[in-house]
Amino acid sequence: MELELRGITKRFGALVANDAIDLVVREGEIHALLGENGAGKSTLMNVLYGLHAPDEGEILVDGRPVTFSSPGDAMDAGIGMVHQHFMLVPTFTATENIVLGSELVRGGGLLDRRRARQRVVETSERFGLAVPPDALVADLAVGVQQRVEIVKALLRQAQVLVLDEPTAVLTPAETDDLMRVMRELADAGTSIVFITHKLREVRAVADRITVIRRGRVVGEASPSSSSEELAALMVGRDVRLTVHKAPATPGDVVLDVEGIRVTDGAGTVLLDDVSLTVRAGEVLAVAGVDGNGQTELTRAVVGLQAVDAGRLSLSGEDVTGEGVAGLLARGVGYVPEDRLHDGLVGSFSIAENLVLDLSSSPEFSSGPALDRAAVARNAEARVAEFDIRTSSPQAAVSTLSGGNQQKVVLAREMSRPLKLLVVAQPTRGVDVGSQEFVHQRIVAERDRGAAVVLVSTELDEVRALADRIVVLYRGRIAGEVGPGATQEELGLLMAGARPSGAAAASATASTATDPERDSA
Amino acid sequence: MSAPTSPAAVPDAVVVHARVEPTAGLRRRVVTGLLLVAVGLVTVLGWGLGSGPGDATFRFGGGAAIRLPDLTVPGTATPVLLGAVVLALGAFQLVRGFRLRRTPVVVGVTLACFVVAFLAWAMSGRAGGSIDVVQLLQSTVFLATPLVLGALAGVLGERSGVVNVAIEGQMLTGAFAGALVATLAGSLGAGVVGAVLAGAAVGWLLAVFALRYQVNQVILGVVLNAAALGFTGWAYKALMQADTERFNSPGVLQPLPIPLLSDLPVVGPLLFSANVVVYLMYVLVVALQVVLFRTRWGLRTRAVGEHPKAAATVGIPVLRVRYVNVVVAGGMAGLAGAYLSIGTIGPFTENMSAGKGFIALAAVIFGRWSPKGAVAASLLFGFFAALQTLVGILPTPAAVPSSFLAMLPYLATILAVAGFVGRVRAPAASGEVYP
Amino acid sequence: MRRLRWGGTWLVTVFAVVGALVVGAVLIAVGDARTRDAATYFFSYPWDTFTEAGYAVRDAYAALLQGALFNPALSGTAALGPISETLVNATPLILTGLAVALAFRVGLFNIGAQGQIILGAVVAAYVGFAWDLPAGLHLLVALLGGVLGGTLWGGLVGWLKARTGAHEVITTIMLNYVAVNLLTFLLGLQGFQRPPYGQAISEAVAPSARLPLLLGPSLRVHLGLLVALAAAVGVWWLFTRSTLGFRLRAVGANPDAARTAGMAVGRLQVVAMAAAGGLAGLAGASQVLGVTGSVTGSVAGTVGFDAITVALLGRNNPYGVVAAGLLFGGMRAGSVQMQSATGVPVDLVGVLQALVVLFIAAPALVRAVFRLKPGGARAVGSELSAGWTR
Repeated sequence: MELELRGITKRFGALVANDAIDLVVREGEIHALLGENGAGKSTLMNVLYGLHAPDEGEILVDGRPVTFSSPGDAMDAGIGMVHQHFMLVPTFTATENIVLGSELVRGGGLLDRRRARQRVVETSERFGLAVPPDALVADLAVGVQQRVEIVKALLRQAQVLVLDEPTAVLTPAETDDLMRVMRELADAGTSIVFITHKLREVRAVADRITVIRRGRVVGEASPSSSSEELAALMVGRDVRLTVHKAPATPGDVVLDVEGIRVTDGAGTVLLDDVSLTVRAGEVLAVAGVDGNGQTELTRAVVGLQAVDAGRLSLSGEDVTGEGVAGLLARGVGYVPEDRLHDGLVGSFSIAENLVLDLSSSPEFSSGPALDRAAVARNAEARVAEFDIRTSSPQAAVSTLSGGNQQKVVLAREMSRPLKLLVVAQPTRGVDVGSQEFVHQRIVAERDRGAAVVLVSTELDEVRALADRIVVLYRGRIAGEVGPGATQEELGLLMAGARPSGAAAASATASTATDPERDSA
Repeated sequence: MSAPTSPAAVPDAVVVHARVEPTAGLRRRVVTGLLLVAVGLVTVLGWGLGSGPGDATFRFGGGAAIRLPDLTVPGTATPVLLGAVVLALGAFQLVRGFRLRRTPVVVGVTLACFVVAFLAWAMSGRAGGSIDVVQLLQSTVFLATPLVLGALAGVLGERSGVVNVAIEGQMLTGAFAGALVATLAGSLGAGVVGAVLAGAAVGWLLAVFALRYQVNQVILGVVLNAAALGFTGWAYKALMQADTERFNSPGVLQPLPIPLLSDLPVVGPLLFSANVVVYLMYVLVVALQVVLFRTRWGLRTRAVGEHPKAAATVGIPVLRVRYVNVVVAGGMAGLAGAYLSIGTIGPFTENMSAGKGFIALAAVIFGRWSPKGAVAASLLFGFFAALQTLVGILPTPAAVPSSFLAMLPYLATILAVAGFVGRVRAPAASGEVYP
Repeated sequence: MRRLRWGGTWLVTVFAVVGALVVGAVLIAVGDARTRDAATYFFSYPWDTFTEAGYAVRDAYAALLQGALFNPALSGTAALGPISETLVNATPLILTGLAVALAFRVGLFNIGAQGQIILGAVVAAYVGFAWDLPAGLHLLVALLGGVLGGTLWGGLVGWLKARTGAHEVITTIMLNYVAVNLLTFLLGLQGFQRPPYGQAISEAVAPSARLPLLLGPSLRVHLGLLVALAAAVGVWWLFTRSTLGFRLRAVGANPDAARTAGMAVGRLQVVAMAAAGGLAGLAGASQVLGVTGSVTGSVAGTVGFDAITVALLGRNNPYGVVAAGLLFGGMRAGSVQMQSATGVPVDLVGVLQALVVLFIAAPALVRAVFRLKPGGARAVGSELSAGWTR
C-alpha cells in the first residue's frame, strides 16, 4: 500500500504546527521522519491517524483521496500506530488490549476469549514478537508493552505502521531488537513510518528520510548521509554542542549517597544500593534510559522521596529522612525534570513563582503577611538578570515559552547561595537559544563552588557538561566513566553491560572520587 | 550481575523488578490486624461477658409453607466463641497477613461473627428472647433493594468514567415520576416505566453537562441533587398536595409469589415473594455482572473508564459509550425510586429518598466498583438498617442507641477508603474530563 | 485583559440568573391552577392561558421581591422586616459558603459543611446551656466552641486525606451522615435533650450566650451577620496578603510543585479543611446562638449544600461569596412571602438556585443560549482535579 500526504496544514490558534507538508510512503519501505522535539512530527501523525482534522491538504491511499474523522477510519484504511505514550489499558491483559476495538464475539455480544487469545498467539508468532497473552499489561516491561502495541496494529492488518519515537524508552539492546523487527516487517511488505530525532537509528534502519523543521519539510536525505548533514538539516544550522568551561577544581565532598534503596508503594525496587559522591565545584552527570531510577534518585536526594535503606549526607552531616524544606534551607537547589508539573505553579504569576519556596522567609514576609513589595522587587531583578522574556512579571507563568519557564526555575533556585544543585533534564522542551544560556548558568554555578548533579537522557548534554558520568540501569549504578567516554561505551552501560576492560567503578566502589580519571 | 552476551539476553521478564513488602503494606497489615483484634475483643468482652442470663433463639419463620426448626443457643458461650474466631483471624493477620484478595472473605466472616454474637447478646436480656431470622433478612432485602439498584447505577457510570453523585436525585425523580405517571395513566406498570425514564432523563442531564459542557462531575452531581429535591418538592406541593386524587394516588405494586419457589423455607419468603421491581433487580445484577466482564460492550466500557485515550485510538467512540452508560445508569436509579414510592407505600412524599442515594454511593465504593461487591455492600448496609429497627424491640441487657447502628455503613466506608480494609481503587479515568 | 475577563464572567452570571428565572416562571405557570384551567380550553382562547400565566408569574415574583427587600404595605420598623430576614438567611450561607470556597481554593471539595455545621451547633449549644459564664465571655466561648466543633470535624477529613489519601468527597459525604446520627443520638440523651423529653430538641441556650439582635427586638437580624462579614474579610486577607494563604493557594493550584518547593502539602490540607470546618462550625453556632436558641434535628437545614452553590456562584472569592449569600438569602426570605401570598411553594427557590449554578458551571451553554461572544469565563470548579483518586 502506498500512502501519500499532500499539502497537510494544521494550525493550533496562531501556531502553525504543520505547514503544507508533503510525504510519500511506498510499500515495504522504512520511511524515517526526522525532526527535533516540537518540529511537528507527532501532529502530522495525529492528522494521519484521524485524531486531528487537517486545516488544508489531503491524504491519499493508493492514489485515492480519503478522509479520516476518527482513528477507526484510519485503521480501516490499514494504518496502524504505535504512540510514544503507549495506548494500553494497564488493568487489562495483553490479549484484551490487543483485541480491544475489534473484539471477537460469540452470540449476544459475548467475548470469545479463547479465539482472541489464539489469534494473538498466532500473530505474535508469525512476526516473531513474543508477548505473554494473559499477563496484565501493568506488569510488563516497557519493551514488551511496545511489542503488545505492535501486535495490536498488525492484528488489524495494518499495512502502514507508524512508530512515534519508539526508542525513547528503550535500552540500546531493545532498540536493536526493535530495528530487527522493523526490517522484517518491511521485507514482508509493511510500510513503516519511523518518527525519531535520533540520527544513529535513522541511518541504521531507514530506507528514505524526510526531515521536518518547524512544521515544514526541509529536505529529503538518504541513509548514507553523514550525521553532520542530517543534524544540519534537522536543526537548521551547524551545531556542535560544546559548552565552554574550564577544567573542574573539585573541593570537599558535598553530597555523599551511601547505598540507598527506594521502593514504590507496591514494593517494586526502583533504586537498589546506589552510592555516589559529588564534590564542590564539579558536575556529576547521571545518564541512562528514561525510567531506570533517575527520577527516584533526584527525588531522594532533595528529600521528596523517602529511602528504605542507606544514608544521605550533605557536607558531612547526615540528612537522611530530612524533608524538602530542611534540605532547601541547607542550600540544596532543585530543577525538576517536569517543570510545569513539579517546578512551577502555572496559574501563579512569574513573581510568585520566583518566591515559591521563600514565601515565609524574612526577606519576603513581615509577620504572617507577605511582603508584596519585596516580592515585586525581587521579580524585577530576576527577570532582568536571567533575561526572562515576558510582558510583565505579574503575568501567569503558564503564558511563557518552555525556555523562559526554565529560566524562572533556574532564577529561583540560583537566587539562594547553593551548596548542591540538582538539575534534571535541564533542556527538555527548551529552545536552542535558551539551551546555551541554561548550560552556561549550570557551569557558572559549578565554578562558583557548588556541587552539581545533572540528570539527562541526552548523551550530548551529558558529555558536554559532565566532569564525571555515572550510568543508571534498572535502579543500579552500572558504572562510572569520564566525560571522554564514547557513545558506544555509554550505550553499553545503559544496556546494563559493562564495557570490556573498562575500569569503571562498580556500584559499591563508586565512592572513589578521583575526578581526573577518564574511562580506560 | 553478569554482562549479557547478546541483545537477546536482555531479560524479557514479564515482571520488571524485584518486589519486597512495602512499608505501606506493612502498615495496612498491622492496622487491619489491630482492627480485627478490637472487633474480637468487643465481641468477647461486650457481647459475650456482658450478656444477660437468657438463651438466644433464632426462628426461621417468615410465612413460608415449609418451616425449619428453631435454633436455640446459649447467650454467653456463643458470643465468646465467635469472638475467639475473630481474635484468631486478627492474630493471623498481625503475624502473617492475609493476601489482599482474601480481604472480602475475612471481612465477611468477621462481620458475620460480630453480628450473630451481637444478636445472641441482644436476646439474652431475659429468658426466651428470640428473633425471626427470616423476617430480619426480609426487611434487609426490602431495605437493600433501592440501595442495590442505586449502587448498580453508580458502578455502571464510574466504570465508564463518569462519577455519579446524582444517584440521590435520580432516585427522587424516579420516585416522583413513578407515582405521578402511575396515577395519571392509571397503571402501575406505566409508573415503573415512567420512573425509569425520569431517572434516565436526569442521567442524560448528567451526561450532557459532564461530557459536552465538561462541568466538574462532583459539582454537577451535587447541583442535580439540589435541583431534583427542589423540583420534586415544588411539584409535590403545587400539584400533588393540591389535588392528591388526581396526581398522587397510584396504588402499590403487589407481591408476585413465584409458584413452588416461594414455598421453600427461608429463601421462599425472602427472595421469591416480592414485587416486580425486586425481580427486575435480580435480572439487572446478573446482567450487569455479565455485561461488564464478559461482553464486548463491557470491555469497551471498562477501557473507556480506565484509559479513554487508548480506547479512542482503537476507534471506540468514548463519549458515546459514556452517554449510553450514564443514561442507562440513570434509569436504574430511577427504578430504585419507583421501588420507594409505588413499590412500597404508593404515593410520593417529599424527599422520600432521604439520603439512600448517598448510601448507594457508599456501596459502590465499599463494593469496589463491581456489581457483585455493590450488591454485597448494599445488603450489608440494608442489614444494619434492618437491625436498627429490631434492637428497639429486643430485650437487650443494656440500651443500644440505634443511631450508632445507623452510622456503621458510613464509618465502614470511611475505613474502606482510608485503606484500612484492603485497598480500593476507582477506575483510573473516573471523573476526568475527556478529551 | 483582566477587565475583559471579568466582563465575560459578569455577563454569564447575569444571564444565568435570568435563565433560571425564566425556567422558574414556566414552573410557576404550570403549578398555577387557574393557568392549568385556562389551558384546558387553550385551542379556543389561547390568550387566556398566557394572561393567567403572566398574572401568576408577576404575582409570585413580586411577592418574592417584597419578602426579600421591601414591602410597601409595611411601615415603621416593620418595613425593615424583609431586609432583616434576607440578612438572617444570608448569614449562615455566607459563613458556610466561605467554608466551601476556602477548601476549593486549596483544591479540596468540601461537601461536608452540613456535618461541620451540626458539630458547631451542638458544641455551641452545649456551651450555651450547660456552662455558666459572665455575659459576653459566655457568648465568645460558645462561638469558639462552635468553631472548635467544626474544626475537628473538618480537620478529620483533612487528616484522613493527608495520612491515607482517602478522597475528601467520599469522607465528607459519609461524615455528614455520621453527624446527623450523632445529633439524633444527642437529641434523645438526658442532659442534652430538653425536659420533659417529649420532643427532639435541646436545652435552651442561656441569654448570656445569645448573639445580640442588631435592629431591636422585633427584627431577627443579629450580630452573626457582622461575624460573617468579618470572616469574609479574614478569608480575603488570608488568600491575598498572608504567607499561609500563599502556600495554601500553591497547594490548591499545583500540589506537586508546592511539595517540591518544600511546603508540607499534607499539613496544609489539614489546615485548610480544619479552617473550612471552623467556618462552617461558626455558621452552626451563629444559627443556634442567634436565631433558634436551641438545637433541633433540622438545625443545619440544607445550608451545607446551598453553600456549595453560594461558593460556586461567588466563584470562590470572599466578596463573591458575600454577594451570592445575600442573593440566595434574599431568595430564601422572599420565598416564604411568596408561598403565603401566592401559594407558590418555597421549594421553587431550590430549583432556581440549582439552575443558576448549573448555568454558571457550564459557561459554554449560557453563551450558546444567549449568543454571547466567547469570553474568558472559566468553568466553575475547573481548579478542582477530578476523580476519586489523586
